[in-house]
Amino acid sequence: MTLIKSRRMARPYRPPAPLGGRTAGGPPPSRRKPLERRRRVLRALTFLAPALIILAVFTVGPMLSALRLSFTDSNGFGVANWVGIANYAQIFSDPAILNSMLNTLLYAVLFTPVSVIVALALAVALNYPGLRLRGLFRSALFLPFIVSLAVAAFAWSYLLNPEIGLLSYWLDLIGVHLGNPIENPVLAMPTVVLIAVWKNFGFYMVIFLAGLQDVPPSLYEAAKVDGAGPWRRLTNVTIPMLSNTFGFVLVFALIAALQAFDQIYILTSGGPYGATQTVVYEIYEQGFQQLHLGFASALSYVLLAATLVLSLGQFFFFGRRESEMN
Amino acid sequence: MAFGPSLSASRVPTRRPSWSGTIRSIVFTAVIAVIALFLLLPVFIVVFTAFKPASEINAFPPTLVPHNWTLSNFVTIFRALPFARLILNSFVFAGGVTVCAIVFDSMAAYALARIDFTGRRVLLICIVATLMIPFQATLVPLYQIVSSLGWVNTFAALIAPRAADAFGIFLLRQFFVSLPQDIDNAARIDGASEWRIFLQVVIPNARPAILTLAIFTFVNNWNDLLWPLVFTNDPNMGTLTSGLTLLTGPGGIIPQGVMMAGALVSLLPLFIAFMFAQRRFIESLSSTGLK
Repeated sequence: MTLIKSRRMARPYRPPAPLGGRTAGGPPPSRRKPLERRRRVLRALTFLAPALIILAVFTVGPMLSALRLSFTDSNGFGVANWVGIANYAQIFSDPAILNSMLNTLLYAVLFTPVSVIVALALAVALNYPGLRLRGLFRSALFLPFIVSLAVAAFAWSYLLNPEIGLLSYWLDLIGVHLGNPIENPVLAMPTVVLIAVWKNFGFYMVIFLAGLQDVPPSLYEAAKVDGAGPWRRLTNVTIPMLSNTFGFVLVFALIAALQAFDQIYILTSGGPYGATQTVVYEIYEQGFQQLHLGFASALSYVLLAATLVLSLGQFFFFGRRESEMN
Repeated sequence: MAFGPSLSASRVPTRRPSWSGTIRSIVFTAVIAVIALFLLLPVFIVVFTAFKPASEINAFPPTLVPHNWTLSNFVTIFRALPFARLILNSFVFAGGVTVCAIVFDSMAAYALARIDFTGRRVLLICIVATLMIPFQATLVPLYQIVSSLGWVNTFAALIAPRAADAFGIFLLRQFFVSLPQDIDNAARIDGASEWRIFLQVVIPNARPAILTLAIFTFVNNWNDLLWPLVFTNDPNMGTLTSGLTLLTGPGGIIPQGVMMAGALVSLLPLFIAFMFAQRRFIESLSSTGLK
């Protein structure tokens, strides 16, 4: 137990191993009798059954029925009629829906680079050898990650409240007058993004910190001997060496961005004037408030497709990097 | 806040520190401390505002720390919402999901990692493929299933769909695979059953991974908003996270102090758990590359 634990803790960060890789355990595949093989399958199935049933009933099943629903005009009552691709046609022609997709894109475009840059900057700072109390800072900066987006939204909206908010008051003192950013069509989106960045940067920072432990110190020594200053060492040593970690964090951030919902539900309800209407918020409204089940399902499939593209991108990205490294 | 020592803190500079080096390091630490304090401002505002009387909250200029500490906000929130019930619901929901997921995920992971059966790889790829399905995308049919089972506003609806998840299976499978094969071969030769190997050999050795998954599952579900929002509409069946949003309805008439008292209560269990397990949590989170 102790042995395994310490070995595990000491192991530097590596992205998850590729699927089913050669590392898979179990005794070497043997040419045994078919009876023995069948017994093994049965034995494995007794272990797998509960999880497989749950995944089949509550994930795969709903995914398939969402596909069927997406071609109907189901509204939760009466008979659903087959409408072909009408829902999908509407998704790509209705300006309100296109607006929610553009908003999700905008959210991703703001959220991803900002959270990655903040996380990287803090990780590099925390990795500075002269820093004292490193463990304390790491834990403290990670703390927002365990705060729910809902609570984060309450806290930020209070801080930014133009009448009683502390941050709004401080900004006023230095001459920045934001009014109420949540009710401002231009500032509402950056505000909900800011809340998500605040919640997540600590998590990405921790992943970057782990990645930084993997950069061999000899590279910095060599760069120093060659006369590279701190900035050159960052751009020419640290960042290239972290490219794997970057890909990993980027995909996590992008997928998180696609699912933006909580702080929007609490603060803006998609407003003002649809400025923060995202795809998941639209799914929630269409499916659970207006009961347009068919339409909401079609929209779900657009979200699913976008997530699949990103996940597969990550998969191939890591597949390539792994094989490059071997 | 007493946080334990960090593993990476052992990276002490090898050179004997010079005076200028010491000063630079203190200045740098101070700068980081200021940045960290500023970044934690939303947490401080929740904590301090929860204990502030309304008169101070609405006073100008706004302040951070209350002059007169009060518990009245907590009294109000327990009256405004079935708050004790929400706390219980949150624990049952997040705890129930965590316990079920640990049991079922580790069983499945064991089969995928340690039993050599036909079709293992294909099954693993299928399970990992479901990882890419965001739950928001299956929510509408999931709601139909749950409501046809008569489960709306029950713990079954909140817990059962999440009683196993592809991510946990994958995470534990990766860990189980990394355990040396000899430990269960020896047990197998002694005639131990799969269940005995699973419970007495693999599980005790996988405690760090299981703990990580447990904390992660608990935090995620405790904080989830959309899930309880969809499967419950009775205020008595909501969670802390979804219940608090009832207060922010149109007009948002609930005073900020009461909101923050509620937010603080919803934060507290995770905060306490984090204080105890933060090092393990952060280390394993980063080394496993958790979602």
